[in-house]
Amino acid sequence: MQVTMTVNGENVTADVEPRLLLVHFIRDHLGLTGTHWGCDTSNCGTCVLWLDEVPVKSCTVLAVMADGHRVRTVEDLERDGRLDPVQQGFIQEHGLQCGFCTPGMMMTARWLLDHEPDPDETRIREAISGQICRCTGYENIVRAIRWASAHPADEEQAAAHPVAEEVTA
Amino acid sequence: MKPAPFEYYRAYAPAEVVELLTGLGDEAKVLAGGQSLVPMMNFRLAHPAALVDINAIAELDYVRREGDSLRIGALTRHRTLELSRAPEVQDGFSLLPRAARWIGHYPIRSRGTVGGSIAHADPAAEWCLLARLYDADVVVLGGQGTRVVPSADWFTGFLSTVAATNDVVTEVRFNRPRAFGALTEYARRRGDFAIAAAAVAFDVVDGRCRDVSIVLGAVAGEPLRVTEAEALVEGAEPAAPTWAAAARIAAAAIRPNADTYGGERYRRHLVDTLIQRAFAEAFASDASVSAASGIR
Repeated sequence: MQVTMTVNGENVTADVEPRLLLVHFIRDHLGLTGTHWGCDTSNCGTCVLWLDEVPVKSCTVLAVMADGHRVRTVEDLERDGRLDPVQQGFIQEHGLQCGFCTPGMMMTARWLLDHEPDPDETRIREAISGQICRCTGYENIVRAIRWASAHPADEEQAAAHPVAEEVTA
Repeated sequence: MKPAPFEYYRAYAPAEVVELLTGLGDEAKVLAGGQSLVPMMNFRLAHPAALVDINAIAELDYVRREGDSLRIGALTRHRTLELSRAPEVQDGFSLLPRAARWIGHYPIRSRGTVGGSIAHADPAAEWCLLARLYDADVVVLGGQGTRVVPSADWFTGFLSTVAATNDVVTEVRFNRPRAFGALTEYARRRGDFAIAAAAVAFDVVDGRCRDVSIVLGAVAGEPLRVTEAEALVEGAEPAAPTWAAAARIAAAAIRPNADTYGGERYRRHLVDTLIQRAFAEAFASDASVSAASGIR
């Protein structure tokens, strides 16, 4: 089946089997291997990317379900050679060791900070509760997100990251 | 490829779903948010021959108040309710946004749907508990047109409902708004399936509890109303001794299942604790704050 979607701002069209998961489409068909593939069961959260500006676990979304929609992956955090504050925070606070959970953590963190610029530790821990890290014990990840919160991107960079409108009923 | 092969169809209107399901027969499934179905397909616990994707049916995504009923379109995502501060939700159904926070994790709530949860009928699912708590009606479109099924008749056992193979849930109607409500759970990790869950709703009139509902999750094949405990709270003073007595009766009245997460006695103990916690939280002056801090 032919699918067309926007991935990190670029239109992509491909012919895929309906049973192809979005995470495999992104990695194997588009070569965007920043998004990691973990558990297939929506538990580990390393495959988190944005679908229409909200984080989803791409192992439980079929590629055909993203047809006509917008996808944003971890590759899109860096703009014009400048790291997103979340990425910078992970460097500053040693927010990763093996790096396997990192893409999902960072995509969730970016989304959280876009909606809550100054979350406390409890909110951060709740936001990343859908993600598993087996190295750091989460302390440094929480610190990394706090660092990013304290060092927001400058205005020029912020303009390149439009904040999605919150959904309310 | 994780899931087994299947034919994929995308529907653009509810009637088209029924038409497709009727033509495809028993082995076809409706695909809504996919947060239960796709993991089951990845495990190959489910291998439907065909999927009918309803995500393009925008008309099934709505939250509307009609008198005492809160009508939620089947394709409404969990997060829409979680974030809702709309008066039509807050007035009598303020528990719904608070309870939605217990569902899985952020990325799961952005995707999963109210109708999908009701159709999947997991006995630990928050929407299934809430449906019984608020005497919800499940609106179903099938071969014979639309019908309205009371939630008391909807669930028929573990992951089972009265739905026919060519039925699609189009709406869930929550009824009986009440001033006080809470839902609480115990799981080993936040967002996991509850080992036990309890939800309560009631009004307080002239210092007495009225219109009391108590529902338990994950202790039987379907969400369980505990009428014996409801009767005890009805007309009683809204205070800790009432909650404790109701919890004791409920824990004794059920016959919880045992699995690797807990035996019968452990689940009775959890139910006792969770019911007291739910009543106390519901009656606390600022229930929304106590629910928001419910991180373990």
